[in-house]
Amino acid sequence: MDDIPPYPPIDPTTFDLIVIGTGLPESIIAAASSTASKSVLHLDPNPFYGSHFSSLPLADLPSFLSSHSTSPSPPRSPSSDDPNEFSLLEFATRPLYSSIDISTFSPNLLDQHSRKFNLDVAGPRVFFCAEKSIELLLRTGTNQYMEFKSVDATFVGDNKGNLWSVPDSRAAIFKDKSLGLVEKNKLMRFFKLVQGHLAGEQDIKISEEDLQSPFVDFLNKMGLPPKIKSFILYAIAMADYDQEDTGVCRDLLKTKDGIDQLALYNASIGRFQNASGAFLYPIYGQGELSQAFCRRAAVKGCLYVLRMPVTALLVDKDTGCYKGVRLASGQDIFSQKLILDPTFKVTLPSGSSPPLPLKEKLPFFSLKDDKGKIARGICITKTSLKPDISNFLVVYPPRSLFPEQVTSIRLLQIASNLAVCLPGMFVLYISALCNDDDQGKKLIHAVMNTLLTVPLDSESNAAVQSETAENGSAVQDETSESSSGGPSDSGEEKPTLLWSALYSQELTLGQVDFICSTPMPDGKLNYNDLIDTTFKIFQEIYPGEEFFPETSLENPEGDGDASPET
Amino acid sequence: MHGRPRKAPKPEDEAASSAKAQKLRALQTQFFSFHHNKIYTKEAVELSAKLLEINPESYTAWNYRKLAVEHYLNLPDCNPDSIKSVLDDELRVVENALRQNFKSYGAWHHRKWVLSKGHSSIDNELRLLDKFQKADSRNFHAWNYRRFVAESMKRSEQDELKYTEDMIYANFSNYSAWHNRSVLLSALFDKKAEGFLLKEKVLPEEYEFIHQAIFTDPDDQSGWFYHLWLLDQTVTTDSPLLASSWPGHGSDVLLVGDRCYNGSAFSPFSALHSDSGSFPIVLYFNQPVRGVNSSTVTVECGFNKNEDLLWKPLSASNSQTARVWVAHLKVPSSDLHSTVEVSVGHTKGIISTRGFEYSHPSMLSFKVHVQPMERDSSQVSVAESISLREENFKVYGKQSEESIIDSFDQLIIKNGRETTASNWRFEALAKEIECFRELLSLVDCKIGKLTLARLLKAYDAMSYPFANKLVHSEEVLELYSDLMKLDRTHYQFYKDERSIVLLQKVTSSKGSLLQHCFQYKDSVSSAICGPICLRLNNLSLSRMGAFEKLLWVEMLDLSHNELQSIEGLEAMQLLSCLSLRNNKLRSLTALEPLRKLKLLRILDISYNQIGDHSIDTTRYVCSSPLSHSVGSELNRDETVTSDVALINNWEAFYIFKDFNLNQLDIVGNTIADEKFKSVLVKIMPKLKQLDGKLLD
Repeated sequence: MDDIPPYPPIDPTTFDLIVIGTGLPESIIAAASSTASKSVLHLDPNPFYGSHFSSLPLADLPSFLSSHSTSPSPPRSPSSDDPNEFSLLEFATRPLYSSIDISTFSPNLLDQHSRKFNLDVAGPRVFFCAEKSIELLLRTGTNQYMEFKSVDATFVGDNKGNLWSVPDSRAAIFKDKSLGLVEKNKLMRFFKLVQGHLAGEQDIKISEEDLQSPFVDFLNKMGLPPKIKSFILYAIAMADYDQEDTGVCRDLLKTKDGIDQLALYNASIGRFQNASGAFLYPIYGQGELSQAFCRRAAVKGCLYVLRMPVTALLVDKDTGCYKGVRLASGQDIFSQKLILDPTFKVTLPSGSSPPLPLKEKLPFFSLKDDKGKIARGICITKTSLKPDISNFLVVYPPRSLFPEQVTSIRLLQIASNLAVCLPGMFVLYISALCNDDDQGKKLIHAVMNTLLTVPLDSESNAAVQSETAENGSAVQDETSESSSGGPSDSGEEKPTLLWSALYSQELTLGQVDFICSTPMPDGKLNYNDLIDTTFKIFQEIYPGEEFFPETSLENPEGDGDASPET
Repeated sequence: MHGRPRKAPKPEDEAASSAKAQKLRALQTQFFSFHHNKIYTKEAVELSAKLLEINPESYTAWNYRKLAVEHYLNLPDCNPDSIKSVLDDELRVVENALRQNFKSYGAWHHRKWVLSKGHSSIDNELRLLDKFQKADSRNFHAWNYRRFVAESMKRSEQDELKYTEDMIYANFSNYSAWHNRSVLLSALFDKKAEGFLLKEKVLPEEYEFIHQAIFTDPDDQSGWFYHLWLLDQTVTTDSPLLASSWPGHGSDVLLVGDRCYNGSAFSPFSALHSDSGSFPIVLYFNQPVRGVNSSTVTVECGFNKNEDLLWKPLSASNSQTARVWVAHLKVPSSDLHSTVEVSVGHTKGIISTRGFEYSHPSMLSFKVHVQPMERDSSQVSVAESISLREENFKVYGKQSEESIIDSFDQLIIKNGRETTASNWRFEALAKEIECFRELLSLVDCKIGKLTLARLLKAYDAMSYPFANKLVHSEEVLELYSDLMKLDRTHYQFYKDERSIVLLQKVTSSKGSLLQHCFQYKDSVSSAICGPICLRLNNLSLSRMGAFEKLLWVEMLDLSHNELQSIEGLEAMQLLSCLSLRNNKLRSLTALEPLRKLKLLRILDISYNQIGDHSIDTTRYVCSSPLSHSVGSELNRDETVTSDVALINNWEAFYIFKDFNLNQLDIVGNTIADEKFKSVLVKIMPKLKQLDGKLLD
C-alpha cells in the first residue's frame, strides 16, 4: 500500500454513492443501487474482488490476514490544514483477525502451485438450495456469472473420528444404517408433523405455546432420542450454541425458528435436479459471489476501481456532514452517500458529534456489535475424510469433542472438482464461535486432531517433504509413519495435513453510524443473515428505493440457470 | 407424475386442443385410406408416424406399421442394412410416441414387437429405460418392458435385483420396484440360484429391508404390499399337504339307512346316514391342487374297484383345481364290515397351483360297517320333519365325549416331516410378531394391526398341529374387532376375517367344539337318540371357514348370523340338514355351493334378504346361468325351459334343480311369494315340505 502506482484521475468526480470494499454486502449494495439508477463508484484497496469474502491463492491468504491483524496508528494529520471548506477525517483500520497461525508441511509442493488454490477467507459457507440468497441470485440474474455444484451430504462427527450421515429426508432415513427401527419411526413422524404443520393441515398443528417454547424442549416432548435431537438441532437447524445448557447458550432456538430452519432444509433437498444434497457451493470459491454482484453492478453502470486505497473522509467544516473521500492518488471524489468496508473506522475529532438524526439510529445496528469471535481454520489434505465422497459438510455438535465445547463446530470439505485446489487435494474449512482466541484454537484443534494426522514438527518434516514432494504417495507414507505414536486407535488411515491456516475473526456487524459500514462475515453457515443486514443497510441509505425490483428481466429467470453442473 | 391436482383447462388450451383434434382428424382420414388400400409407400408410412406422434394410442396405426414392416421385409431386394434401417425407424417412432405419452400400451407393445424381430440391438433399450424410469420411477409400463429387455439380454436376476434396490433407495414408495423384486426373487428361488437356495437365508434379509420402509413411513402402502408377499413366502409350504380327510385315519364308519342307530358305540364324527347307497371320501388339502385321480389316489376296498372311482374337485369355479376333492364309494346293500385303504400321492401328479408336486405320500385307512335299512326310506322321511328349534336340542352327553375326542384327532392329518423344515418359518414369524408389536406401540396404524393379526394367525396355524390350540386367537379377534371400528370402509373385510378366526377357535379344541355340539331330539320323532347337530348360531359370522375340521358334520345350524356368502360349504359333503335362517344372503346364486352337497335333504333359508336387491352382485363373482356351460344345461331340459315361469326364474331353476331336498323353508325372503313357491315345487318334484307345510 505504500507503493501506489500512478492512477489516472477518475471522471466524473461526483457520484450518488461511493462504496469502499468489494465484500459481499458492499457488492450487493453497489448492484442494488446501480439497478436503482444511482451513479455508483466502487473502490477497493485490494487488487482482487471480495475483501473479507474473497477466495485467495494460497500464498496470498496469510498476507491478507496479517495485513488486517494489526492496527497501525496512522499519522494523525491535522484536520484543519486543508485549504478548502472540508475537514479531513483520517481512516483508521480495525484489527479484524488475530492469532494467525500458518503451518506448512509441504512447502515446495504448495508454493509452486499457490495460484491453483482459491481459499475462502470466510469459510465454511454454503448456500441452502432454497435460501433467500439463491432467490436473489435468480432474481437479479447474477447466477449467470456463476456455476455451482452440490455439497452432497451432511455428517455428524464424534470424538472417535466417525462421521454419521444425517438422515435428513425420507429416503435418507430409510437408507440409514445407524438408526434403529424405532428411531427411524420417531424421526419420520417428527418430520411429518413439521411438514403437516407447515402445510397448514388442520389436524396436525403445533400449538402456539409449543412454537414459543425452546426447540429443544419441543424435541424432548416429542420423545426424540438424544442422537436424533442432536442431528436436528445442530446438523439441520444449524444451531450454534449448546441448546441444552441455557447458561452458555446465546442463541436458544425457539420451536418456531427451529421449524423454519427445518422447512428451509427440507425445501433445499431436491430443489435442483442435479443437486443431491441440501447445499450448493460455487465453483472457484465463495469469492465468486461478490465478484458476480460487482459484474452485475458494472452492467448497470457502476464504476470500478481496484487497487485504490482511500485515505481520508471529507466532511463539511461547518455541519460535520459527509461530503466525499480522498483517494490515495490524491484525488477528491464527492458523493451523497458512502458505504464502508468493516476494515475502516473513522475517528471523529474530539469534541465534534455526528448529526442528530444519525445518532438516534445508533443502537439499531450497534447493539449486537459485541458478539465475540469466530475461529476459522483452513486445512489442505491429499485424501478425503471419507472415501467415495468429496464435497460434504460435517457438524460437531456441542460437547461432541470435549465436555467444555459449548458451540458447534462445522467443517466443509471441498474437492478439486470445485476448482479450489490442486487436483487430488481437498480443502477443509472449519469454524466455530468462541469468546476468545484460546478457546477458538482449542475448538479448531480438537477437530483437526480427531480427523487428521498432523505432522509433529513442521520444520523437521519440511525436509523430508521436500525430497519426496514430487511423489505424492511417498509424502503420505512418511508423514503417517512419523505420527504413528499418535492417539489414533482406528485402523483407518487419517488424512495427513499438508498446510493449515488458523485464525480468529472479529464478528463486526454492520453499522449505520456517522457513516454506514457493512458487516464482517458472520458465524452462520449460509448467507441469509448477511443478505438481511445488507438489505437493511440499503433501505437505510435509500429508503424509497426497491431492492432489486422484480421487473428487471434482462435475464429470463429459470431454475436451470442456478442448478449446479452435473 | 403422481399427486398433481388436475386443473381446469384455460380457454386458450381448449382452442389449442380443438385445433389439434382437427389436424388429427384430417391425418386420420388420410391414414385410413392408405391403410385400407394397403399402401405402404414412404409418404404413407411417414404419415402414420406423424399420427402416432400426436396420438400414440392409435392401435390401428401401430398395426398398420407392423404390416408395413412386414411388407418391406418381404421385398425381394431386402438386405440386412435395409432391414436395420426399417426397424430403426420403428424404434425412433416409438420413442417419439413415448415422449408424447410414456404410458401408451400400443407404443410399448410395438417396441417389443420390433425387438422380437431380432435385428435390433437391445443394448440401447436399458439406456432408454433409465431415462423413462428416471422421469417416473413407478411407471409400470417401463418396468414391464424392463423385464422383457432383461430377459432378452440375459441380464442376470441378481443385477436386476440390485437395480430394484437402487430404485428403492432413491424412493421406497415404489410398488413397481417392490413388485419387480418379488418377481426376481421368485425366479431366483425357482432356479435355486446360488445364494438363493435357502429361503430361510434370503427372507430374513428381505424382512430387514422392508422393516426400514415400514418403520420409516408406516403410512406408505408399497412396503406393506411387499411385506404381504414375504409373509406368503414364509407361510406357504412349497409342496401341498393333505390337511384333513373324511373318514379320518383309523376311524370306524357306520353307514345306516335310517336315523335311528345304536349311536353309543360310534362317534358322530364317523357315523353316516345314507339313503343313496354310496358314501363320500373327502380329501382336504392345504392349498388348491390339481391332478387328483384314481392313479394319484388309490382306494383299496373289497367292494369298489379303484379305477371306477371318480375324483371330483369341489370349488366354486368349475376349474380342475381345488382344495377339496371327493369320490363316492358305492355301498352294497348287504351287511358289510370292511377296511378301506386310501393312499394319497404315491404316484406323482398332484400339483399345486404354484406348480409344486405333492411330495408327502400318506395313507389313510378306516373301517366301514354297513347297517342295512330297516324301514322304507321314503316312509321315514315323510314322517319326520326336522325343526331346528331350541327345545329340540340337548347338550351332547358327557358319556360320549371320549369317543368324540378320539375321532376328532383322527380327522387332522399331522405332517410331521414338515416340522423340522419349518423351524425357520416359526422363527421368522416370531420375529415379525415382535417387530410389529413394537411398531404398534409407537403408532396406531390400521395396516400394522392387520399385519399383526395376519402374523399371529399364521403363527397359530403353523403351530396348531403340534400345540393343538390357537394361542393367539383372542388377540387376533380383538385386533379385527378394533379394525372394524377404526376402518369402517373395510368393515366387511375385517368381519369376514374375524368370522374365520372365530370358527378356527371354536373348532380348535375338542372342548370348545363340544360346546357347540347338540343332540337333536324332537317330540314327534320316534327315534330314541337323534343325530348330532353342530350349532354355530348367533356368532355374528359373516363368512364360513374352518371346513377342514368340519368335514364330519351332517347337521349344521348357522342361523342368526350375518352370512352373505357360504363359499366353501361345498366341502361339507356329509351335510344333510342345514339351517341358514336369519342371515344376510342376498341372492339365490349365493346358494351355489349347496348344489354340490348331494346328501342335503333339509334346508332352511328363511328370513334372509333374497330378492331384496334387484341386482345380484354375486353373479359377477360366481358362475352364472348365463355362462355357456349352464346355458347348455338349461336347453337340455326342453320341458322345463318351455315353461314361462321357469324362464323368468332361471336362477331358482339353476340352483334348485339338482337339489334332492325333502324339506325347504324360504319364508321371510322378498322373493318367496306364492308364485315363486309354485315354481319351486315344479323344479323340485321330490320336495315334501315347504315352509312347514306338507306338499301333496
